[in-house]
Amino acid sequence: MNIFVCVKQVPDTETKITPTGDGSFIETASIKWIMNPYDEFAVEQALLIKQSNPAANVTVVRVGPTKDTEALRTAMAMGADDAILVETNENLDSYSIAKALKGAIAKSGKTADIILTGKQAIDDDALQVPQVLAEMLNLPSVSVIVGFEVSGNAIKVKREIEGGALEVYELGTPCVIACNKGLNTPRYASLPGIMKAKKKPMTQLSLTDVGVSDSDRRVKYSQFRLPPEKPPGKKFEATDPAKQNDVVSQVVGLLRTEAKVI
Amino acid sequence: MDFSLTTEQREIRELANKFAKNEMIPYAQEYDERGTFPIDQFKKAWELGFINTCIPSEFGGSGFSSVDSVVISEALAYGCMGMNTAFMANDLALLPIVIGGTTEQKKKYLTPFTQEFKIASFCLTEPGNGSDAGGIKTIIKDGGDHWIINGSKMWITNAGYADLFVVYGTIDPALKHKGISALIVEAKSEGIELGKKEDKMGHRSSDTRGVRFNNVKVPKENMIGKPGDGWGIAMSTLDHSRPLVASSALGGAQRALDLSIQYSKERNQFGVPIAKHQAIQFMIAEMGMKVEAARLLTYKAAWLCDQGIRNTEVASYAKAFASDSCMQITTDAVQIYGGYGYSKEYPVEKLMRDAKLIQIYEGTSQIQRLVMARELIK
Ligand SMILES: Cc1cc2nc3c(=O)[nH]c(=O)nc-3n(C[C@H](O)[C@H](O)[C@H](O)COP(=O)(O)OP(=O)(O)OC[C@H]3O[C@@H](n4cnc5c(N)ncnc54)[C@H](O)[C@@H]3O)c2cc1C
Repeated sequence: MNIFVCVKQVPDTETKITPTGDGSFIETASIKWIMNPYDEFAVEQALLIKQSNPAANVTVVRVGPTKDTEALRTAMAMGADDAILVETNENLDSYSIAKALKGAIAKSGKTADIILTGKQAIDDDALQVPQVLAEMLNLPSVSVIVGFEVSGNAIKVKREIEGGALEVYELGTPCVIACNKGLNTPRYASLPGIMKAKKKPMTQLSLTDVGVSDSDRRVKYSQFRLPPEKPPGKKFEATDPAKQNDVVSQVVGLLRTEAKVI
Repeated sequence: MDFSLTTEQREIRELANKFAKNEMIPYAQEYDERGTFPIDQFKKAWELGFINTCIPSEFGGSGFSSVDSVVISEALAYGCMGMNTAFMANDLALLPIVIGGTTEQKKKYLTPFTQEFKIASFCLTEPGNGSDAGGIKTIIKDGGDHWIINGSKMWITNAGYADLFVVYGTIDPALKHKGISALIVEAKSEGIELGKKEDKMGHRSSDTRGVRFNNVKVPKENMIGKPGDGWGIAMSTLDHSRPLVASSALGGAQRALDLSIQYSKERNQFGVPIAKHQAIQFMIAEMGMKVEAARLLTYKAAWLCDQGIRNTEVASYAKAFASDSCMQITTDAVQIYGGYGYSKEYPVEKLMRDAKLIQIYEGTSQIQRLVMARELIK
């Protein structure tokens, strides 16, 4: 069984984001990169499948620059068998990334049985790659899953819907599954794992190798800028019981006319 | 000259940071308050390979260098100095076996620590002898086909949970240093009596007790080296362990610095964040300077150890400077937090209490200066 896990490297959640001077992207020099947290659930799920299926092979795939390969190395230190890096310094759109992932999986020479991804990347929050990839591969896909079970040849997944209810899907393989928080508890990469990861193979491919060119771009980023600063909140003095009625109606009024939330 | 960590060391640090953040910091305050032994954290840290960093790979360990181990210990102490004392005590206890043990002893006593979670204690200090360790009074008597230990030990970290004790005693107090000998003692041996858990100022999650040895029989083959080799082994152990203890102070100091920076930007007085007041800025600058200097000394002491270069002098610089700095830095952190710093609701008062111990154990700051002077004025 071949399991592919698509991982993205994103800025650490505590990073202070600054757009570049010309607004073409964000400053990346001092960013600490981490594996996209939702992808950690995908890696963990792959490793859980491998645990009950020792013959399974887990390949992690990433599209991005070579300089920081933390996400791939972390995944291998957690237990993935090998890695593919499609190298690019460009800030690609979801379509190009999905196409690059498809190309990388094809180039691996292995037929994918299960492709796991995170439900979204916490940097651009586009929520597109898994679905686009599934369409390109003409495979069934379910996203935002919080439960995963293999029963015979089928896979049963659960996804949370509005109101906390669960939808249950049964899929055959191959398929694309996008994971959400709550699916599992990602393991730590152990220190011996870190040592072992050094010896695991990492294949490097170019965008050309995976058949992606400029003409695949569907979205062009025109500008990166910070959201306007939030105006400071309003404080209402209501310690004097005699004035409390007035204050309340004032607040309710503003919530209606200014904040427009009620 | 190269001051950078290897890729692997950076990954190790990353993992240890994550562990400290998720598994230690959220529990540190409560465990301190209640004096809870961090058994879950200890086990998890063992599973990830953070414990027993001194065990060489031929005996099942990860084969970490001294620099690797200070990288780990600094990151874990950032999470909680008290929990890190419990973790580190395993290394302190096993180091004498790594340094002076035979292959058989290493196989028999080190390897099991890599196969399952076990706890060890280092027993040198006695009620009457701390700094003057050469004068210990625990007697090791030759019982023919075994040794017999009699005596009391004091302030023994992990004692209440230990599977193994490494015990220092003397074959004859009149011989002074030349009589000191070290024995590997299994905790299940008959005649070991544990004292009650000490109610301490800081490091309250670590377990510290007195231990009495009443006619405890130990197999002949459990002596590390020959009778009288103990002092030499203890001194080499310190060369390895002092950088480790220094790194614990370093981790605590870094935490105090980070918290101080954060708080000084959030707390407003006189219409500006207190970080805008020069008096606060200078305290923070001083902290940063000391943390960086302590780190350089600590890493150098570990690096010398890895190079096989005698590090006694630098290891003492590192241990004294890092722990004295940690005390100053954590005290200033409380100052920067003002009244809130004095409350248990905030994390810095614990740092200040925890810092104090590192100036005391593994050779007090005064004893470190004795060592330095002895090395300098030969
Ligand atoms: C929480 C805790 C955990 C510990 N864990 C362990 C452990 O696991 N194993 C173990 O063996 N020990 C352990 N110790 C013991 C520790 O190493 C000793 O407490 C330490 O070495 C100091 O000894 P003492 O307490 O007897 O103080 P003393 O030696 O009595 O010192 C008292 C004071 O006199 C000063 N002083 C002493 N001699 C001189 C001198 N010649 N010149 C100048 N000043 C001097 C000291 O610096 C100190 O300020 C632990 C201690 C504590 C508090």
